[in-house]
Amino acid sequence: MKEFFSFIRKEFRHIFRDRRTILIVLVMPIVQIILFGFAVSTEVHDARVDIVGDTGDPSVRQMVERIDRNPYLNVAAVYESVTEVAERFRAGKSDVAVCFERDFDERLHHYGKASVRVLGDGSDPNTAQMIVNYVNGVLSAVQGDLSATGGPQMASSPHVQYMYNPAVLSSYNFVPGVMGLILMLVCSMMTAISIVREKESGTMELLLVSPIRPMGVIISKAIPYLALSLVNLVTILLLSRFVLGVPLRGSLFLLSVVSVLFILASLGIGLLISVISSTQKTALLISGMGLTMPTMIFSGIIFPCESMPVILQYVSDIIPAKWYIIMVKKVMIEGVGFGYIYPEFLILLLMTVFLLVVSVRLFKRRL
Amino acid sequence: MGAIEVENVSKRYGNCQALEQVSLDIQAGEIYGLIGPDGAGKTTLFRILVTLLLPDNGSARVEGLDVVKDFMAIRRHIGYMPGRFSLYQDLTVAENLDFFATMFGTTITENYENIREIYSQIEPFRDRRAGKLSGGMKQKLALCCALVHRPSVLFLDEPTTGVDAVSRKDFWNMLYRIRESGVTILVSTPYMDEASLCDRISLIQKGHLIETGTPAAIVAQYPHRLFGVSGKPAYPLLKFLRRCPDLLRCFSFGSEHHVAVEPGTISPEQLQARIQAEGFSDVVVREIEPNIEDCFMELAKEERQES
Repeated sequence: MKEFFSFIRKEFRHIFRDRRTILIVLVMPIVQIILFGFAVSTEVHDARVDIVGDTGDPSVRQMVERIDRNPYLNVAAVYESVTEVAERFRAGKSDVAVCFERDFDERLHHYGKASVRVLGDGSDPNTAQMIVNYVNGVLSAVQGDLSATGGPQMASSPHVQYMYNPAVLSSYNFVPGVMGLILMLVCSMMTAISIVREKESGTMELLLVSPIRPMGVIISKAIPYLALSLVNLVTILLLSRFVLGVPLRGSLFLLSVVSVLFILASLGIGLLISVISSTQKTALLISGMGLTMPTMIFSGIIFPCESMPVILQYVSDIIPAKWYIIMVKKVMIEGVGFGYIYPEFLILLLMTVFLLVVSVRLFKRRL
Repeated sequence: MGAIEVENVSKRYGNCQALEQVSLDIQAGEIYGLIGPDGAGKTTLFRILVTLLLPDNGSARVEGLDVVKDFMAIRRHIGYMPGRFSLYQDLTVAENLDFFATMFGTTITENYENIREIYSQIEPFRDRRAGKLSGGMKQKLALCCALVHRPSVLFLDEPTTGVDAVSRKDFWNMLYRIRESGVTILVSTPYMDEASLCDRISLIQKGHLIETGTPAAIVAQYPHRLFGVSGKPAYPLLKFLRRCPDLLRCFSFGSEHHVAVEPGTISPEQLQARIQAEGFSDVVVREIEPNIEDCFMELAKEERQES
């Protein structure tokens, strides 16, 4: 037991004496959460809206005012004809143009029908779609008001509401994603590198020659990173709750259990990497290219898995982070209990057991 | 029963035969030297003996324990100092020593007597990081770490490589004192001049042991007369000597060239006259005693001719 504690103390010394390790293990998670939460948000603020139409028209004026009042939209300029709008798009001065047809108010009240054209700059499809959606939202809200006040009856339009994320905040998506990414990075990459470093520096030779069992080496290597991951988990949760305003609707206990399971899976991956690589560079490359990238792409953080080709969906199924992120979303955002996440939990549990068993078996007790 | 017994051990990496039919018998309490150039197979043999590698063929026992079957038991009896400095550079001297003591189930205070003599030399730097030590001090620390659990057999793989001459001398004095406490020491070195400091040695070349015995016995077997030749300019002189058909071998040896001749064919004076006639200046030719390196060169050459 004394060997064990001495080994763990040594590991902590390695971590705390290397500025780069500290940076990766403790500072990077905070930076990432804040970056993803604020800077890298897919929301659009202050989109510039050009209006084409007659601002003397009362209905048009009402709509323009509503657009301008929307926190996400700003009316930038008003034009008489559509031709000028094209130039504005080209110069990058405008994000979207709303074109009202001539005699908008009159047509609306006489025929109960008037047309609006929304032109988006499609060079960045995601942003364009988002802005157009905002504009649509405003327009349909005005429509609703008009119908309610006994105005002309208009064709019914669906009223969309997002149950768990009414404001459609991207941090609701990114926080679980970043949690998965960071825990995986800290556990897998750092464990792998710390073991491979001993191989590279030759100290592994001495450890193997000592009477300590390989299992002891593995556990002592894993425990410090497990502890640091828990620290990270707490920081991320605090940051996301109090800085980003992401709710924690489900049970904290369940979330912790799920996270510890995922941390163990990541440790398994880290051990596996350390077994197959002989230099720190290789370990870094494998965890960077072979782990972080696929996790980013296939775990549904950035691209929804559902819209991938079937083959890639199968690929995404073998990424542990995907299952973890699904569970975190369900527990944190939807606030469901274990009954709703047990399929994912079981999959991750099987993966964890498999990874740990394989990597421990492969861990060599000789050179 | 010997402290280390090796029987016909072979090891192959891909198409490189690292060790071929190596056999050794090392007695308890002796300093045994494994002498050979880089790549001769010294480290491979060490790793097999400290149970880090499995031999392809043959068997080996350390303190009567089989290196394959009883590897866990062997690990408690041996101290190992790998060729490269293999301690934690970011831990201090004291932390390193403490860590390795604990790993072997002991403490520094418990075995302080065992390492006192060496450790006292680096103790003033106990709070310095191991990475910031000089080569000689690193080596002393590594030796302390290998000795802290009172091993009965000590494996030192090229312990003096990269260490200055004074520290090397110190180091050998330490080895003699360790031997006095009954520890068997197997040491490898590429430095031929250290061979004569061992009780017995084996010369190893390309995975073969080419000679085994006491340093004196090996030197006594040298079959030729040996002349030390110096003169200026040195390199053309070497080339000239190598062109002479009646000289057997010629190697550059620091400031001198060592020339082997068949006894009774040519005297130092005759050789000196011949060299001077070629226009070399400051020519000195004297008869010298062969050293281990001369023997190694001779034996290595024979070995090559046989194969």
